Amino acid sequence: MIVANRKSLEEILGMLGSCRKVLLLGCNECVTVCGSGGEREVAVLASELRLCAQKEGKEIEIREQTLERQCDYEYIDQVRSFAGDYEVILSMACGAGVQYVADTYRTKLVVPALDTTFIGVTLEQGVWSERCQGCGTCILDMTGGVCPIARCAKSLLNGPCGGSSGGKCEVDRETDCGWQLIIDRLQALGQMDRYEEIIPVKDWRSGRDGGPRRRVREDLKL
Amino acid sequence: MRLSYPSSVKVVKVPCTGRVDVMLILRAFESGVDGVYIAGCMEGECHFLRGNLRARRRVEYAKVLLDEVGLGSGRLEMFNMSASQGQRFAEVAREMTERVRALGPSPARRSLVKGEPG
Repeated sequence: MIVANRKSLEEILGMLGSCRKVLLLGCNECVTVCGSGGEREVAVLASELRLCAQKEGKEIEIREQTLERQCDYEYIDQVRSFAGDYEVILSMACGAGVQYVADTYRTKLVVPALDTTFIGVTLEQGVWSERCQGCGTCILDMTGGVCPIARCAKSLLNGPCGGSSGGKCEVDRETDCGWQLIIDRLQALGQMDRYEEIIPVKDWRSGRDGGPRRRVREDLKL
Repeated sequence: MRLSYPSSVKVVKVPCTGRVDVMLILRAFESGVDGVYIAGCMEGECHFLRGNLRARRRVEYAKVLLDEVGLGSGRLEMFNMSASQGQRFAEVAREMTERVRALGPSPARRSLVKGEPG
């Protein structure tokens, strides 16, 4: 899932400025699962904004709406009939959702309530961890199912580096060394011969270095 | 026991403090209360095993939100007491009332009560 953190109230208030009519838009997908932008978080943020307004003796009108997704046009379109009634749309989706809402309502101010961080997994209830950087060329078959791009601080393709100690990374002693994890897994799989193979220089054009990416499946088009 | 506690305390019954959601607390502040305290069972003695421990965590989270909003985390507290500790219940009610009284009216209440000095 895509994991995000909610911005501080101070930052959100700064973005809202003098707007008193706010359409607060949650997203029912990834950000709901990681507890940052679903229906409950929408309710909490709306309550915080109302309390701030009450404290300052100001009026604020907030409409709370959580869409199934903010990365698909048909869901974003569901607020079209009333989006015009609000001065600003405060989106609690990931960066993709915020942009698609902004793209859909081109004359409406759309601002983000979240900082989108990573593609990750749920380690336990309330704890999420990064696993993928969407580099566009997956090599998990060569690295025992552990990604060196996402899980090595240096994204080394042939590791570990000298900063690995006791299975931990020098960047943070709480962080596992990605390459130690790879070696442990290759050993468990009986595939240590793979560790001897030098992984060639990566072609980063399949990643962000090639510019914004696009995927087309002609057979799925209507 | 005929114990008395401040009449300003309004009791909201929940089946277990595990039912207490952050939104219940925030809505109470939105409605204009000056303070909220959660009276849970003793830790380790929850009938539902972890209800009061979950409540404590939610209270800690709600405190962060109250600080962020500017109402102050001091207006919210979690206390633990057993059902047989009537004396303790009255004591906590007085303690929390005094604490909230010292903090003054909730800044969020001022705009709700017209004519009340700010």
